[in-house]
Amino acid sequence: MKAGDELPPLEIAVTRTLIVAGALASRDYQDVHHDPELARRKGSPDIFMNILTTNGLVGRYLTDCFGPAAVLRKVAIRLGAPNYPGDVMVLRGRVEEVDGDTAVVRVTGDNGVGRHVTGTVTLTLPTGIGE
Amino acid sequence: MDDDDHLHLRLKAYEGRPAAVSGAGRDPVNAPMIRHWCEAMGDANPAYTGPGAIAPPTMLQAWIMGGLSGHAARAQAYDELLALLDEAGCTAVVATDCEQEYARPLRPGDEVAFDTVIESVSRRKTTKLGVGYFVTTRTEIRAGGTLVGTHRFRILKYAPAAREPHPEAAEAATTATAATGNTPANGTATRNGTATAVTEARQPELRPRPVVNRDNAGFWAGVRDHRFLIQRCAVCDTLRFPWLPGCNACGSAEWDTVDAGGEGTVFSYVVMHHPPFPAFSPPYAVGLIELAEGVRVISDVVDVPYDKVRIGMPVALEFRVYDDELTLPVFRAREGAA
Repeated sequence: MKAGDELPPLEIAVTRTLIVAGALASRDYQDVHHDPELARRKGSPDIFMNILTTNGLVGRYLTDCFGPAAVLRKVAIRLGAPNYPGDVMVLRGRVEEVDGDTAVVRVTGDNGVGRHVTGTVTLTLPTGIGE
Repeated sequence: MDDDDHLHLRLKAYEGRPAAVSGAGRDPVNAPMIRHWCEAMGDANPAYTGPGAIAPPTMLQAWIMGGLSGHAARAQAYDELLALLDEAGCTAVVATDCEQEYARPLRPGDEVAFDTVIESVSRRKTTKLGVGYFVTTRTEIRAGGTLVGTHRFRILKYAPAAREPHPEAAEAATTATAATGNTPANGTATRNGTATAVTEARQPELRPRPVVNRDNAGFWAGVRDHRFLIQRCAVCDTLRFPWLPGCNACGSAEWDTVDAGGEGTVFSYVVMHHPPFPAFSPPYAVGLIELAEGVRVISDVVDVPYDKVRIGMPVALEFRVYDDELTLPVFRAREGAA
């Protein structure tokens, strides 16, 4: 693993179930994440994924790629185009730097509307990252 | 441009004040909530199951969510801040940023405590969702008296923009790429204070008013009578537009007017995509029209698709009445236009 390496992309089917399950698992009862009519009244065409679910998916993407021994140290994400039901989001990652057992990975998630998320994740691998 | 953003000053006073004091997680960190989270996320990481399980680090905020029973620890300052925004019409909320740092893993049985501070409040921003303010908070989360993580969270509190009639346009309108904190401040702000500006932003049909002053009042009086008046220097006969007190050529302050014949060509144009303004639906073309008399004016090229406007396109003047108080000169493609 070295700077510049690309992680294999992960496709996430943005189902209504995922949006609602993610909102409830994160104890986020904002109506825009489960009630289409109230979401529309707030200017959105449908319900959309909450930020905690996006955060969880980014965390999963990294540990899927680096394995269960990887330890997340920092996750910083910024949301753009919303994840609406029926869309597909593709998470991609690129290793920005490697320093000893620590790696910094730049993550993006694109859906049919645009770029849903950009993020930077710092993680450590006790078994080493360099090889 | 932001001098009229009085609300921002009131909101800014809350920076550094608490948003939550001595909060406690509703439940201790526990295996069932971890399992529900992993099921939702499709996360099969074995580190989150079994006797030595840790909670997924990205679940940090879930442990301090108020849920349906609300936030017992929420501080008065934060309620006041949100109430000010609600009063200003910024009733909707969307999260835009989450930055977490994990000092050590949480494990089932950990009792979580937290304190949150209002870190910053942005100036008024125009986003695709509507006009609003970004509020950033920073939370420290502890377990057993030890810091386990920090959580910086940014929300946009906004006045929802009116929805476009077309599904595609509606989709574009809620594409929150604008909700990144990098959007320009509201350029259509009024002098009447923030609440008014926000209200105006919610009336998409209302076009911005021209600024009429002593120097250009004659021009707008002409427009009301459907005449496009060009100033002419009384000494050297040089035509000028827009209206100015003196002649650029000879400096004379004496002038009279001539009526534009109404023929012109597109001298140049730009196509506006972003930022959106309430009265306009991007993309749209803004034309710089050169009149046959030689002066140029910025105006609409009407009834021509934005991507069909071309330099050199022949156009003809007409007057369009937008509402009881607003008539504007616009230009229509003439015969022979591409």
